[in-house]
Amino acid sequence: MNRQGKSTLVFNSKPRVIGNYSVVGPKEGRGNFAQYFDRILEDDTLGQPTYEKAECKLLELCIDGAISNAKLKPSQIDCMVAGDLMNQITSSSFAARSLNIPYLGVFGACSTMAESLMVGATLIDGKYANNVVCATVSHFSSAEKQFRYPLELGTQRPPTSQWTTTGSGATVLAQNSSGVAITSATIGKVADWNVTDVNNMGGAMAPAAFETLWQHLNDLSIEPDYYDLILTGDLGKLGSEVLIDLMENKGVHLGANYSDCGQMMFKNTQKVFMGASGCGCGASVLNSYVLQRLKNRTLKRVLFIATGALLSPLTCQQGESIPCIAHAVVLKGENYV
Amino acid sequence: MMLDTERNKHYNEYLQNKIPKTKPWPTLFHAFWVGGTICLLGEIIKDLLMFWFNDMTVDEAGVWELVILIVLASLLTGIGVYDKLGAYAGAGSIVPITGFSNSITSPALEFRREGIIFGLCAKMFVISGPVIVLGIVASIIAGIIHIII
Repeated sequence: MNRQGKSTLVFNSKPRVIGNYSVVGPKEGRGNFAQYFDRILEDDTLGQPTYEKAECKLLELCIDGAISNAKLKPSQIDCMVAGDLMNQITSSSFAARSLNIPYLGVFGACSTMAESLMVGATLIDGKYANNVVCATVSHFSSAEKQFRYPLELGTQRPPTSQWTTTGSGATVLAQNSSGVAITSATIGKVADWNVTDVNNMGGAMAPAAFETLWQHLNDLSIEPDYYDLILTGDLGKLGSEVLIDLMENKGVHLGANYSDCGQMMFKNTQKVFMGASGCGCGASVLNSYVLQRLKNRTLKRVLFIATGALLSPLTCQQGESIPCIAHAVVLKGENYV
Repeated sequence: MMLDTERNKHYNEYLQNKIPKTKPWPTLFHAFWVGGTICLLGEIIKDLLMFWFNDMTVDEAGVWELVILIVLASLLTGIGVYDKLGAYAGAGSIVPITGFSNSITSPALEFRREGIIFGLCAKMFVISGPVIVLGIVASIIAGIIHIII
């Protein structure tokens, strides 16, 4: 059984990252990770007539970039595992239409990057594929339209709100002998601690991150300091503080090796309250900053926990609480596998 | 399940204490001066109309004032200014009629790609619809009361 503990998958063949790429919008390009992103867009519409098309184009660009980075051709990719925030994950499916690669659409809201990596790594570990591309995308404007208010509506954002990242990240995994490896992954459970405030995603998602992290540490019988970096996807400032508190209550201290992509994405001057969110947030940071540091060996072992809120505008209006999920993926540098 | 209910209750209480609170005074000040300025602008428009058109009554000038403010706010929404004003002023720019104009223009802009009928026309009232419905209901009630007394 390639499984340890209750829900941690162990990839014995150690699927490797052979290509990665990140594309972000102009606002993200002025943020803290500007120097790490592969491509920063000047125009977040990408010359498309709608933001939905722009989002799809963004994903296409990113996947193309990752495949080129892996020195492969799209025809050599055995499967594309991708998802996004749009209804019926249209951005991913429409991108798959033009990329012409066998496609598995996944939905885990903002946890999609971890989910797609996990599925991709499983396909490779099970020898069902040689090369898999895992990707996700989010776009501020299309997310606002679907989940919140029209862009030009003059409303104030509450202090707990987060800013959906315009960005995409793609990773090409392969059966290979060298490179950063994905060694294990923990499948999260849906956690719903009865938070109903749609403007406080960090607070809603923190319990999911907590449960997955707790499960992961228990499954592998390790302490948080086993990792140089424990990185959550988009909990934001409030959510990551809550996660630290929740772990502290269990007697586990998350120290300087804990960070959150959402909290770090933007500079304080960019007025985004609790930070960034969206599946593109964790995906773009993982596929730029984190993988670069794993490659240049300034990081050895990274636990990437992407969190997602599995709600729809409809369920919110019907007064439902927000079910959330978090999946964890372990990435290790070449020499530490 | 009982344990979960208890846990969730504690968690939500904890979360409520953790949420940063909006500072009331700066927010109120922003809303007050922007809202006040919009109203002042309205008064100036009305006075100017009555000054330029000698035969215009106060009521007529009031109607034209509203029309001008609505068009102006709609224009500012279209060129991407009103959302920034709203982010700064909050209720100050939402409560005046200009806010109502913004609430109709902004979804119209947002959903125009879904077509004229089911996009623009249908979605135009997603924000302001409740205001219109409540306004009509309130006027019906006021009308009934007026008939009775």
